[in-house]
Amino acid sequence: MKKLLVLGAGTAGTMVANKLRPLLDERDWKITLVDQHDTHYYQPGLLFLPFGTYTRNELEKPKRRFMPQGVELIKSEIDLVEPENNVVKLTDGHSLDYDYLIIATGTHSTPEETPGLGKGEDGWYESIFDFYTIEGAEALKEKLDTWEGGKLVVHIIEMPIKCPVAPLEFTFLADSFFTERGMRDQVEIEYVTPLPGAFTKPVASRHLGDMLDDRKISLEADFFLEQVDGEAKKLVSYDEREIDYDLLVTIPVNMGAEFVGRSGLGDELRHVPCDKHTFVSNKHDNIFALGDAAAIPTSKAGSVAHFAIDIFTDNFLDYIEGKPMREKFDGHANCFIESGHGKGMLIDFNYDTEPLPGKYPLPGVGPFSLLQETEANHWGKLMFKWIYWNVLLTGKTMPIPALMSMAGKIREDLR
Amino acid sequence: MPTTTIAGTEVQVDDEGFMTEYDEWNEDIANELASNIGIELSDAHWPILSFLREDYKEQGETPMLRRVANVGGVPTKQLFQLFPKKPAKKMSYIAGVPKPHGCV
Repeated sequence: MKKLLVLGAGTAGTMVANKLRPLLDERDWKITLVDQHDTHYYQPGLLFLPFGTYTRNELEKPKRRFMPQGVELIKSEIDLVEPENNVVKLTDGHSLDYDYLIIATGTHSTPEETPGLGKGEDGWYESIFDFYTIEGAEALKEKLDTWEGGKLVVHIIEMPIKCPVAPLEFTFLADSFFTERGMRDQVEIEYVTPLPGAFTKPVASRHLGDMLDDRKISLEADFFLEQVDGEAKKLVSYDEREIDYDLLVTIPVNMGAEFVGRSGLGDELRHVPCDKHTFVSNKHDNIFALGDAAAIPTSKAGSVAHFAIDIFTDNFLDYIEGKPMREKFDGHANCFIESGHGKGMLIDFNYDTEPLPGKYPLPGVGPFSLLQETEANHWGKLMFKWIYWNVLLTGKTMPIPALMSMAGKIREDLR
Repeated sequence: MPTTTIAGTEVQVDDEGFMTEYDEWNEDIANELASNIGIELSDAHWPILSFLREDYKEQGETPMLRRVANVGGVPTKQLFQLFPKKPAKKMSYIAGVPKPHGCV
C-alpha cells in the first residue's frame, strides 16, 4: 500500500485530495490529510465582512464536509517533518509515514513579527486591525459600525501576502462604504505600501493608481515599516518617515506554518522553495508544496492553487510511474478585484505576462472585461462564493483553462 | 540586450541598467555603479555586496531584504543607512545581480 500524506486541509489540500482520490486506486493508495482546525473559511469573503456584506456564518463550513470518501482526515497539530525517514510527527505523539508528502499548510498573518503589532500591544483591535483573520475582520466590522471618521490608513508591511489585491480592494470598498454612509468627507484615506506603486506590475499598477487618484486616496509608496507606535498612532519607516493614523488596517507579515521552519523545509518566511512548474521540493524529490505554502513567484491565491492543482494532478500520475511529468505550471492567476460602488474588475496573468486590459472570454457567462470596472465583474466576484463551495473545493471541473491564454488581451505597448 | 561601458569595460545591462552577466562584474565596476547612484562604497558595504553575490550564485535568485537581514546578519536599519531609500534595488544594482522579483 502506497501512502500519500497531505498536510493542511485548506483550499489546496482539500482540492488535491478531491482531485486525486478518484484517480488513485483505493486498493493501492491510502490518502491521509492532517489539519489542526475543524472549520474551513471562505477566505475571499473576509474582505467583505467588515462592511457587513457577509456574516461569519456564511463564510464557515466544517472541513470534514469537503473530504471525499476514502480519504482519512486526522485532526492534529503538526510537529515536524523528518524527510530522511519519510515520517511526519504530530504534536499528539503519533507519527505518520509516507511515500509522497504534500505540504499545503498555507501562509498566515503573523503580526508578532513586527514591533508594535499583535495581541497585547497598544491599540490592537482598538485602533489597529487586520482583516485576513476571522477575528480581525469581525473586530474591524464592530469598529466601522461606530467609527465617526478621521484618517484611515491601509497598509502592507511586506510582500508576499496572500491575495495581493485584497488591500486595494479593501481601500476601494472603504471609499464606497463611507460614501454610502454620507461621511466620506469626514474620512481621509491613505494607502501605504512597500511596493514602488499601487501594485506589482506596471500596467495594472498604473490602472489601479489612477483609481486611487479618482477616489482621492493618497498613495505612499516604497514605505518599509520599522515599527508601529500604537500609543502615538503612527507608522515609522526605516528611512524615518512617519505616517499618522486614527484607524490603521494593516496586513501583517505572512508566514508559512511553524513546522515548515522547524523541519528545515522553508525559506525565511517559512514558504517551501520548490520548482515553480512542478512543485517538487528543491530538497526532497518525494515532497511537494501546493497553494500558498509554496515559495513560487506568483500570487498566493485560491485561483492560483486551483490552476496549479489541475496541472499537478496529471503530473503526479506520471511521476508515480516514473515517467516525465507531462505539464508545466505557468503561474496563472485570475482574480476579480472589487472596486466599490457595485463594480469590480478582473485581472488574468502568469509568470511571464503581466495583467493586461482587454476581454476575458468565458463560455456561458463571459466575456468579462479585464482591468476595467464593470458591474458584471462585481457579480462575478460574488458568484464565486457559490462556485468555491460547490465546484472548486470538491474538485469538479471548472470551465476555465489552467494555463493562461492571450485570447482577448490587449498589448498596449504594441498598439 | 543593450551594452554599456563601465569602468572601462563593456558590460551587458537590461533596460534599467542592471547588469545581466554575473561574471562581467568586478570591484571597479561596483565602485562606478555605486557612484552612479550617489553612493561611495565603504568597508561596511562590501560584505553585503559579497553576500548578495554568493547567495545569488547558490540560490539562483537575488535575496530579499529579510534574507539579507536574517541570513546575511545585517540589520535592516543599517541596510537603509548604507543604501538609502531603496536598499533592495540599490544593493542588487551595485552587486551586479538581478533586481529582486517584484512580488506578485
